Amino acid sequence: MREKQNTLKILLKSGLLSGVIALSVSMIGMVGLFSQRDMIAGVLTLGQLLLFASPAAFAYLEAVKISKDDWRKGLLAGLFIGVLSAIPLIILVIISTLVNLRQYFVSVSDTLIQILTFNQDVFLGSILLILVMAFVGLIAAGMRYMPIKYRHPIFQGLIWTFGVSLFSEVLSERVRSFFGSFITKIMFKSRATQPLFAIVLFVFIAGITYWQQGHKSSIKDFIDNQPPKKKRQYQLIFLGIGILILIILPLILGTYLSEVINNVGLYILMGLGLNIVVGFAGLLDLGYVAFFAIGAYTMAVLTSEGALGISAFSFWAALPFCVAASVSAGILLGIPVLRMRGDYLAIVTLGFGEIIRIMANSDLLKPFIGGAQGILQIPKPSIGNIVLFKPGQLYYVILIGVLIAAYISWRLRDSRLGRQWMAMREDEDVAEAMGINLVNTKLLAFAIGAGFSGLSGAIFASKLTSIFPHSFNLLISINVLSLIIVGGLGSIPGVVVGAAILVGLPELLREFKEYRLLMYGGLLIVMMLAKPEGFWPSTIQKRELHAFQESTSGNDT
Amino acid sequence: MIILSANSVIKQFGGLVAVNKFTFDLLEGQIASIIGPNGAGKTTFFNCITGFYKFDEGSIIFNGRSLEGKSPDLITRMGIARTYQNIRLFPNMTAIENILVGLHPRLKSFWVEAILQTPRVRKEEKEAEEEANRILDFVGLSGLGDQLARNLPYGAQRRLEIARAIASNPKLLLLDEPTAGMNPKESSVMMHFIQNLRDETGITILLIEHDMRVVMGISENIAVMDFGTKIAEGTPTEIQTNPRVIEAYLGRGAAAGFNK
Repeated sequence: MREKQNTLKILLKSGLLSGVIALSVSMIGMVGLFSQRDMIAGVLTLGQLLLFASPAAFAYLEAVKISKDDWRKGLLAGLFIGVLSAIPLIILVIISTLVNLRQYFVSVSDTLIQILTFNQDVFLGSILLILVMAFVGLIAAGMRYMPIKYRHPIFQGLIWTFGVSLFSEVLSERVRSFFGSFITKIMFKSRATQPLFAIVLFVFIAGITYWQQGHKSSIKDFIDNQPPKKKRQYQLIFLGIGILILIILPLILGTYLSEVINNVGLYILMGLGLNIVVGFAGLLDLGYVAFFAIGAYTMAVLTSEGALGISAFSFWAALPFCVAASVSAGILLGIPVLRMRGDYLAIVTLGFGEIIRIMANSDLLKPFIGGAQGILQIPKPSIGNIVLFKPGQLYYVILIGVLIAAYISWRLRDSRLGRQWMAMREDEDVAEAMGINLVNTKLLAFAIGAGFSGLSGAIFASKLTSIFPHSFNLLISINVLSLIIVGGLGSIPGVVVGAAILVGLPELLREFKEYRLLMYGGLLIVMMLAKPEGFWPSTIQKRELHAFQESTSGNDT
Repeated sequence: MIILSANSVIKQFGGLVAVNKFTFDLLEGQIASIIGPNGAGKTTFFNCITGFYKFDEGSIIFNGRSLEGKSPDLITRMGIARTYQNIRLFPNMTAIENILVGLHPRLKSFWVEAILQTPRVRKEEKEAEEEANRILDFVGLSGLGDQLARNLPYGAQRRLEIARAIASNPKLLLLDEPTAGMNPKESSVMMHFIQNLRDETGITILLIEHDMRVVMGISENIAVMDFGTKIAEGTPTEIQTNPRVIEAYLGRGAAAGFNK
């Protein structure tokens, strides 16, 4: 009896919480704004998806807690949560008919109310909303009772269908340029997928995933069972295919997506550098943008054809100087903070980042680097007579930079220096007692990290052809730090994943831009709860955060 | 031959004199112990030797060279290694990685070579790994190399800490309460392990220890510390009968009673 009451209490709590989340995303304007983007033409908008995400997630999570055999109870719980989620929204709808809420909440517009009531009147709309939310909750809870054999393909199908629908705009443009407008019309309608195509896509992906379940492991086994020499050959083949894809990528992606990829690439480069400082060596650096700025300004001063530039250098000749300038700055910053740890280090580096930005903005340095007016007329990189002005061409410059940085990171991680960094991160005093020279080790982390960032800054300056102090604000440091945390601290592929999620996605979904920081915050919180080691963690990070499970399971064996 | 010679070392923290004119000589190849009540200044003295604290007065000479003002990493490279009272392994690194960090002073490769993967680096890394495995076997932890240090049982963690310390090939090993938290059986295993370590490698070992069975069982020389000063020094039998030692441990009355 008591247990039943408890379950009811929990369900009530999470149902209302889900409702409050749906309510708040509506009231801050996300639902309204996102509804402008159709996902499946005439069926589903991004705003609706956002609205239904919270009851779906809560219903599924609650159903997971309920025992596997008790499917009636689980479905009922999902239904219950769905209905509860609708209640705060209905209250909002009713209040908005009585009072003009818009005076207080700018985003509670008629459009929002229309979205919430599916363009019906208040009564019918409310009932529809309850029914739809209940249905979503029921389906989400039902997913838990489906055998994994079917659940997995359905999830995959949904992810792909929603993904393709979300990026319809760019994808339809790509499809048009490759296959012509007839096929595009079958697949897409303005900025959304055609309903029929969405269904076909879902069935196709789900089908493939279902089929693959039986075969995936056998392919992996096949390669694992090969003799080492053959295995190495296969690995090389895969590596070759990977590189080939990277090389032809801009041809597939077209101008706009190449530009997005370039931005992601610059952040990957910075992320790889900060990953050495924070991920490997454990030195929390919040002023990392400073090195990016120094690299960019060095490039600008050395190559600009404007009044402020020396103009004697080509992009390639200036590049080593940019990296050297950043490395020196890294060492200069490193020296005063050698004895600092944790929070203190974070604050000092934060200050350093601001000092560089303010100096770039100052009147003192205006004659040299242009103050707020910045430096203009920076030439784009060129090879011989060919100027690399298209994003698709600049892509290769960035790709080479990223590959070099990733290779260096990877080699250093497994080297003696990598172990020094790791030991220092674990326990600085003991590391020193093991004969590790902390001064060298720290300065090397700062210097190499700064070097990558300087390289990124130099390419950035040349890519934009003009730079201004406001491009180097604190937000960039925070972005880079967030992306390495999201990807997984200390993990090299994690940097790529993190940059793609935190830089690439907002770039593609312009609607998100206004809520970028909210999404960052939300993503970080969800991640810390669900996947604290990041999306693509390094083995060490995984160990650290799952050491408890490991040690308990270790005791069993 | 004297390997370590401390001469009236003083270490003050504000008004507290933690180590007060402590004088102590250690012969090469010896197993010696420093004992004394809690707070007597034993660990502080260790920290003065390893350079973690800068002592205020006096001198410590190791192998003919003064340790004054030297940084901990330099002192380690001169040939002194230590373990800690409360185990301080690198908990999220594997046992092998812990030993590899300990091997650090013996490796020579430069980080640029690691990026370029020169044959020298590859050879060195391979040898380092073999050496680490050899040390792991030596301390009796074979097969546990891939375990995280934090997941090892307590006794194994103690051994691993010693393994990490001897990996740097020290001439002098400082063990800070190696049997702390162990039951009598484990203590006696550890005691034999320490003795065996000295016999096989010839390393000089200085212990801080509270377990009198261990101290009396393996020490060739014992210094007794109380309130930062040395109140007695000698062989186990000499120490056991020294009234000042009994007084320090058990109080004045007990010492008087013992002498009757």
